[in-house]
Formats: sequence, C-alpha cells, structure tokens
Amino acid sequence: MFAEIFSILFQFADVFAFLVLAAAGLAIIFGMMGIINLAHGEFITCGIYVTVAGVQQGLPLPVAQALGALTAGIIGVILERTVIHRLYNRPLDSILATWGISLIVTQGMLVTLGSSWAGIGTPEGSFQVGEYTFSSYRLVLFAAAVLVMLALYLLFMRTRYGVLARATMQNPQMARALGVRTPWIYATSFGVGAALAGLCGALYAPTMTLIPTMGITFIVEAFVTVVVGGANVLIGTVPAAMVLGAIRTALNAWQGQIIGQIGMLIAVILVIRVLPEGVSGWLLRRNR
Amino acid sequence: MRDRLQALNGPQTLGNGRAFWISFAVVLAGALIYPAWADPYDVGNSAYFLIWIFMALGLSLMWGYTGILSFGQTAFFGIAGYGYGVIAINIGASGGLTFVALLCAVSLAAVSAAVLGYFMIYGRVGGVFFGIVTFATTLALAAFLHQTAGPEWAIGKARLNGFNGMGGMSPLELPWFGGPIYLEDTALYYFVLLLLLAVYLGLRLLVNGRFGNVLVAIREDPLRAELLGYDVRKFQLAAFVIGSALAGLSGVLYTAWGQFITPASMGLPAAAMPIIWVAFSGRSDLTATLVGTFTLLLAFQTITIYSQQYALILMGAVLLATVLFMPTGLMVEIGRLIRRLHARATAGPAP
Repeated sequence: MFAEIFSILFQFADVFAFLVLAAAGLAIIFGMMGIINLAHGEFITCGIYVTVAGVQQGLPLPVAQALGALTAGIIGVILERTVIHRLYNRPLDSILATWGISLIVTQGMLVTLGSSWAGIGTPEGSFQVGEYTFSSYRLVLFAAAVLVMLALYLLFMRTRYGVLARATMQNPQMARALGVRTPWIYATSFGVGAALAGLCGALYAPTMTLIPTMGITFIVEAFVTVVVGGANVLIGTVPAAMVLGAIRTALNAWQGQIIGQIGMLIAVILVIRVLPEGVSGWLLRRNR
Repeated sequence: MRDRLQALNGPQTLGNGRAFWISFAVVLAGALIYPAWADPYDVGNSAYFLIWIFMALGLSLMWGYTGILSFGQTAFFGIAGYGYGVIAINIGASGGLTFVALLCAVSLAAVSAAVLGYFMIYGRVGGVFFGIVTFATTLALAAFLHQTAGPEWAIGKARLNGFNGMGGMSPLELPWFGGPIYLEDTALYYFVLLLLLAVYLGLRLLVNGRFGNVLVAIREDPLRAELLGYDVRKFQLAAFVIGSALAGLSGVLYTAWGQFITPASMGLPAAAMPIIWVAFSGRSDLTATLVGTFTLLLAFQTITIYSQQYALILMGAVLLATVLFMPTGLMVEIGRLIRRLHARATAGPAP
C-alpha cells in the first residue's frame, strides 16, 4: 500500500518538477515585462546542447549544466539589449519578434548541427520502495525545482536587486523617478529568465534524445503553467504547477501522456474562464 | 446598383478609388486568362497559393481589424482538413456530396472556434494570453494527431494514420450536365479564384459596414466601445469565428487539392506562417494581406526548392525585420505611399 502511494507521489513530483522548471524562466520574463518569450524553447535547447557538449568534452555533469544555464543567460542579456528592449511598449510585437528568432535559431541549428546528436544517458542510480524501482535522478530534478523556487524567493525578497526588480514591476515610471536604472533591471531579469530556461534544459539534458526542435517538448507545459499561474512567479507558479501536475498525473495514469497533455490544456481553458489573471492575480486581488 | 458597389468602399480599406478598381479589374482579368497560356502544372501550383490566402484574410480580420491575435489558424485549418477527409472517405463523396463535406468541415472549424473563443473572450482573456492559449491548443492538437498512428485511431472508414497523415479522400466534384467536373488543376484554379473573389468582396462589405466599424472601434479602444453600448465580446467572438472558419476553408481546399493532410501542416513551424504573411503584408488591410501573402508564398516556394531550412530562416528574419522596422507591414506602407502620390498628382502642384 505504501509503495503504491509513494509511486503516485513520485509521479506527481516528476510532473510538478517538469512544470516548475519549464515555466520559471518564462514566468519571470512575463511577470517583469509583460511579454511572452516564444524563443523560450530555444533557450531550453541551448541549455541542453551546451550541457551535452560539455559532458562530451569531459566536464563533470554539474559543471556542464551550470555552463548551460550561464550560456543561455548571457545570450538572453544580449538578445534583450539588441532586440527586446525596443519593443516593451508593444507586447504583441515582442512575441512576434521572439517567434521570428525562434524560427531562425531552430532552422539554423538544423542546418549547422544536423538533425540529431547522441545523448549522454541518464545518470545511473535507483532505489526501491516495495516492489517498485525508481530513478534517483528524478528525485534530483524534484529537489532542483524546489531549490529554484526557493532561490527565486530569496532573490526577489531578500536582495537589493529583488527590491529594485519588484519596484520596477509595480510601477516602472516611479521606480525610474526614484533613480532605479530600469533598463538594467529589465536586461538582468531577461537574463535570469533565459538562464532558468537554460537550467531547465541542462537538468533534463541527460534524459532526452537531442534534436534541434526539442524545445517544443517543453513549451506547451511552460505556457499553460504561466497562463494558470499569472504574472507573479513567486505566488503563481507553484500552485499552478501543483494543480496542473495533479490533473496531469491522474490523466497520465488513466489514459497516457497525450491525453494527459490535452486534459491539462482543457483544464487551463476552463480555469481562465474563471480566473483570467491566473492564480496570482486572483490571490493579489483577494488580499487587496 | 451603384449604392451596392459603393458599400465595397469605405474608410476600413486602402484601395477605394477609380484607379484601384481599374487595376483590380486588370489583375482579375489577368488571373482569369492565365490558364489559357500557362502550363497546367503551374496553374495547379497557383491554385495552391490561392488556397492559403483565405486563412490570411481571416487572420487579417481578427488581428488587423479586431485586435485579437490568434496563433491558432493552423489548428482550425487542420480541424477542417481532417474533418473533410473523414466525411469524404466515409460517405464515399460523389457528385455534390463533396460540397456537403466541405460545408460540414468548415462548420466544424467554426463550431470549434466558437467553443474555444467563448471560454477565452467571455473570460476576458485578451492580448498576450489569447495568443498563448491558441498557440498551446494548436501544438497540443498537432501532437495528438501525430500519435494516432495505430489502427485503433479511425473514425468510421477513415484512418488518421498519425504523422504520416490521412490520404485517399476524393477531390471536390461539381455535378454538371454530361458528367461531373473533378476540381483539379485548371478547374480547381477557377473554383478557388472565384471563391477567393467572393470572400474578398464579402469581407470588404463586412469591414466597411456597421459591423466592421464596430470591430475597428474595439481594436482602437475596447473600453470606449463598451461604454458606447456595444457588447464587445459578441463582436470579438463573431470575428474570431469568421476568421477561424476561413482558416478551415483553407484547410478543406488544401486537403481536397492534395488529397492528403498531415499533422505537420498544423504544428511548428507551419503555425507561424499565417502570422508572418499577415504581419509582413500589413494586417490592417485586406488587399495588402492578399497581395503580400501571395508574394511571400511565391518567394517561399522558390527558395524551398533549394533548401527548406533556409526558406524558414528567411521567413523568421522577415518576421523579425517587419516587427522591428516596419510594424504596419510592407504592403500597407506601399499602399499608403501610392495613395499619397495619387492625391498629390490629382491635387495639382501645391500653391
């Protein structure tokens, strides 16, 4: 009995971690700047490829993963300074611009890197509960998701950067009047969002086969989590991931992956009919 | 009669004057006699270009006139395309029945759009989220159809066939005295051309009428439109359903043209194409969308012959450059330039 319950919890934790990690970077960029980064999947892909290349060059896996996240973050800052910052007063256009970038990058990678690379294989190690065997790396992923949310909480609530960022989010004009260099805040926030996308890719890199279009595996989940969570990553993403994770786990067990994905999407469409600003918008409004 | 024709002109379209309609007649006449001297293969290929324009016009109505950006055009394209396939295969489709299948499939797309649109528009999901939810729906639908390879995925006699796509449905067939006309190559070209003419003129009537004026008012300021007493949601939903049904029409015609449809025509990168055509052309004008979409399709196919990847990179670059340097769209800018030059020429030299 305990083993069955553990197995269900384990599957839930796995889905939860996937949703949180896939959505965190997207949610930060959306919360700060009100734009949806359609090149999110390509930042994830970047994290994956850098990690795999690093491991193939002989780096230890955690170092390669850090490098993957860092590379995505740096590319994010460069992209913000060259393209995105021109489009802040035109949110729909910024989506289109990132979509254009996404197309260019995906197809460019198909041309330069070919259609598939050899993967690096999931780190071994497993443990047993009752008669079921579980992969330890999945627990690492869950721990990473919890740590990412914790780190984001500390970053936004306990550091000077966090105060400035929240001020910019609430009222950019006033923040600027008080001397906050808002362009710098935007650039770093975009960088943090991109780095988190890269980290997501880096963490899942060992579990996947590499193709340049693999970002698509993540983006549907990332989008729906952000839509349900709303604009505030700290209070929106976790509850959204828990609700969607529960729906997804139940449907996966009942009918398989694809029905799980579609069921989750239908749930999202129903949720936005009731909570158009997502969980965090609803929570903030209730407390006001 | 004259009044009826005047209803085609109005503030919501760029080309209204005598010069515009003369050039319109010239282009139409050219398109009508084109099959007389062209190779039948090229005629079929031109029909293929025209098929996609319905979808672009629908997006222009939603995005350019009403201000709701849907990333789901290819979803409704696919729903209607598969719908046509399933119906045509199951009822055997001879004679006018193919047109019944066409109407049913387009209605299917319209009803799906009405359901999805109801939840979003009446939930007051706008702007960015509208795009994201339609996008996620499109990708999930494509992923769903992608995995329907097994024999258990069949509707009646029609196998969905997963990523290989569904084939074997009959082409459109027009009952005629002395045997039916199969709408292929030249016949299909004429059918699509006339249908496009009807849709284009119909949309012009629509946007220059009261309905279109309300749509534009909503685009400019939804709150003000609402305070003036219009039920904004009803108009937005209507525009969304019409636009998506036009995407469905493209889907049916595409499926009937190639007797084939795959999930790849819905997912990425296909879902980006209508957005790119319409953004590049200029979403705020139907004529600009029509001309620009045709131009881009022609360019895309020419480059695809050498490399599909390079063609897609170019399309991505077109989108990025349009957003950064010409957000109103190239064709709309050209249209405005022509209008200014024309106005200057008729007004005579400035005093």
